[in-house]
Amino acid sequence: MTRITFERELSEIQEDMFAMANMVETAISRGIQALKNRDLELAQGIITDDLAINKKRYDTEEKCLEIMATQQPLAGDLRTLVSVLYITVDLERMGDHAEGIAKIAVMLGDEPSLKPYIDIPKMAEVSIEMLRGSLEAYRDRDTARARVIVNRDDEVDALYDKVYRDLLTLMINDPETIQRATYLIWAAHNLERIADRVTNICERVVYLVEGKIEDLNVSKY
Amino acid sequence: MTNTLASERAEQPPRSHLIIEPEGPSVFGLENVSFWYGRKQALGDISMKIPVKRVTALIGPSGCGKTTLLRCLNRMNDLIPGVRLEGSVNYHEHNIYAKDIDPVEVRRRIGMVFQKPNPFPKSIFENVAFGARVNGYKGDMRERVEKSLRQAALWDEVSDDLKKSGLALSGGQQQRLCIARALAVQPDVILMDEPCSALDPIATLKIEDLIRDLVKELTIVIVTHNMQQAARVSDYTAFMLAGVQGVGQLIEYGPTRELFTNPRDQRTEDYITGRFG
Amino acid sequence: MQGEHIEPVDLRATGAVARRQAFSRLSRYLLLAMSLLGVATLVVLGYITIDDGAGRIDLDFLTNYPSRFADQAGLRSSALGTIWILGTTIVLAIPVAVGTAIWIEEFAPKNALLTFVKLNIANLAGVPSIIYGILGLAMFVRFADLGPSILAGALTLTLMIIPMTVIASQEAIKQVPPSLREGSLAVGATQWQTVWSHVLPSALPGIITGVILSISRAAGETAALIMIGAFSFIAFDHSLNPAEALQDDFTTIPIQIYNWTIRPQEAFRQNAAAAIILLMIAVFTLNLTAAVIRERFRRTY
Repeated sequence: MTRITFERELSEIQEDMFAMANMVETAISRGIQALKNRDLELAQGIITDDLAINKKRYDTEEKCLEIMATQQPLAGDLRTLVSVLYITVDLERMGDHAEGIAKIAVMLGDEPSLKPYIDIPKMAEVSIEMLRGSLEAYRDRDTARARVIVNRDDEVDALYDKVYRDLLTLMINDPETIQRATYLIWAAHNLERIADRVTNICERVVYLVEGKIEDLNVSKY
Repeated sequence: MTNTLASERAEQPPRSHLIIEPEGPSVFGLENVSFWYGRKQALGDISMKIPVKRVTALIGPSGCGKTTLLRCLNRMNDLIPGVRLEGSVNYHEHNIYAKDIDPVEVRRRIGMVFQKPNPFPKSIFENVAFGARVNGYKGDMRERVEKSLRQAALWDEVSDDLKKSGLALSGGQQQRLCIARALAVQPDVILMDEPCSALDPIATLKIEDLIRDLVKELTIVIVTHNMQQAARVSDYTAFMLAGVQGVGQLIEYGPTRELFTNPRDQRTEDYITGRFG
Repeated sequence: MQGEHIEPVDLRATGAVARRQAFSRLSRYLLLAMSLLGVATLVVLGYITIDDGAGRIDLDFLTNYPSRFADQAGLRSSALGTIWILGTTIVLAIPVAVGTAIWIEEFAPKNALLTFVKLNIANLAGVPSIIYGILGLAMFVRFADLGPSILAGALTLTLMIIPMTVIASQEAIKQVPPSLREGSLAVGATQWQTVWSHVLPSALPGIITGVILSISRAAGETAALIMIGAFSFIAFDHSLNPAEALQDDFTTIPIQIYNWTIRPQEAFRQNAAAAIILLMIAVFTLNLTAAVIRERFRRTY
């Protein structure tokens, strides 16, 4: 085998990206937990942890540029590095959305919940599955799987619509709830955005393997 | 596209700003080295430190003095009549140009690999054994030869016929044989003068991998006209340029990743982006 | 592109090209004719010589001493003299010549003295052999009081062939690529180790060629030896002990040939022709040996 250094650097940077995805996944599930349990301490923790995610993104970007500058990647190697660059940006934004959920948990404080949280945790669950699946598709260079995952975005969008409608009804019936309901719509919106960004990752998987940039999810919404 | 002369530049950044001395111990310390071929000055006032067990690349356009500088490091330039050096080249705190220093002793510790593979017209075994033998090695020569060939990642390809002429090998193998020959003397430093310029891309990458492997044990200084190669293999890069009247100068020196992503001097940037001249 | 008209191309030679090509072909035949002229002369000379002398060659011709009678005269003493003279010359000349060449090419500081020495060697190589004969007569025969002995003859020939051997050896050493020296010096070999292990082995085929050519010249040398007085009638074998043999008077085949050709009798001219044939065979064998040694070396290196 030749180009041992380059091979090592390439695999390292992809490992970094997977680690970052894990951090984001944890942030999302903890965000929902904090929201559900009104756990302010956990919520604060997520907000601090997001700094680490942001730092990881900048480190990865710098490392990508360094590899591009010193190793002259081409073809598949070049697509890998470009994909890593884009995916880490998406992951970082997902981290921000998770942080947004945590912030909402803080804003809601210990006010009583409007209704039992069912759909929002469901949205989070699907988003996390999608995120995990997209990175597995990346790792296995599995475009078929990536294309399947993309379609689950519609599931999340449908859930978001339902949450939105339910909360709107609540607000119309009882203006007292407007503030809390609005916060919850924001939280749901954050999750919806997360799922959207997962579709970007899936597009990168297709680009990485097939070299084509295509819009996979022509959303019905 | 813009190749401004030093004198034309209104605000020249201070020297110290362009030279980032490597961290950690260094094997060479150059102090104000100037060099002449007869009356023609080839190097002007070069000061730099070369770190231990790292790859340091010297890059720059043709005629910038990078090869001259390299050959100053093991007194290879002594062989040319009418040369003169000012300043000092310190190797582990000893000025190798001091009066009581023997160039043979210097070259034993500081090996060299040349631009064109130059194996001796002898067997592979003799090629590697020669250096050890002339330096009075009395131990098991077979073992030393095997070890050197293994280090040079050539053993597997030649082990079944060490009697074969070194010239019968392919270009890339010849160059690795030359590296094995240098290693057999167990040097502290290996200087490489454009070691891949006569090789095809695959052989080149093999040598580059070898360089990364060797640098765990010793120090390597490499001259290359191939910037990408410098970027790939080196830890530190020095950019040189022939200034007024063709005198080679050190323009910028620092960690390779910084020099290639964020050069501090416009001339360095122009050179590495291919906009030079 | 559609509809675009393409001019037809004619690649047969016409006009100026045809004229230049005709001249080129003519020059080839002209040059061939010139080289054939040289070969033809040689063939004619060779034929005449063989026609005259071939019948005279037999074992007696080789083993007989010179004689007043043409049919009893032989090459014994002159052949032995030639062998002694050449052997001694080789022993004396090669170390000095090769050593000088190595010094000039590898060790000498490149200064005015060196230029002066090189210029002198080049000039000496062009000095006519008779001048060396006069020098040998004055220095070795008279001043050193060696008499017209084998030693004096060999010393004279040594002086004569050293310049050309030096130049040939220099050329051979110059052909050794500098990269070989650098490779050796770079692993910490001294200059002498570099010369001994790499430069000399690589230059050896060239040096051998130069030496053999010089020896061939010495083998055919007449004037210088006659000048120092080697024109004796030798009817004895030289001792095998060099200390004694070197003091002997001597004669050589070329001198013997000269000796015979100046005699009026036709029979002696036949002797001369026969001796010429043998001398030529000897020189040819010498050159062939050189070629074989050279090829052998080239293969191992």
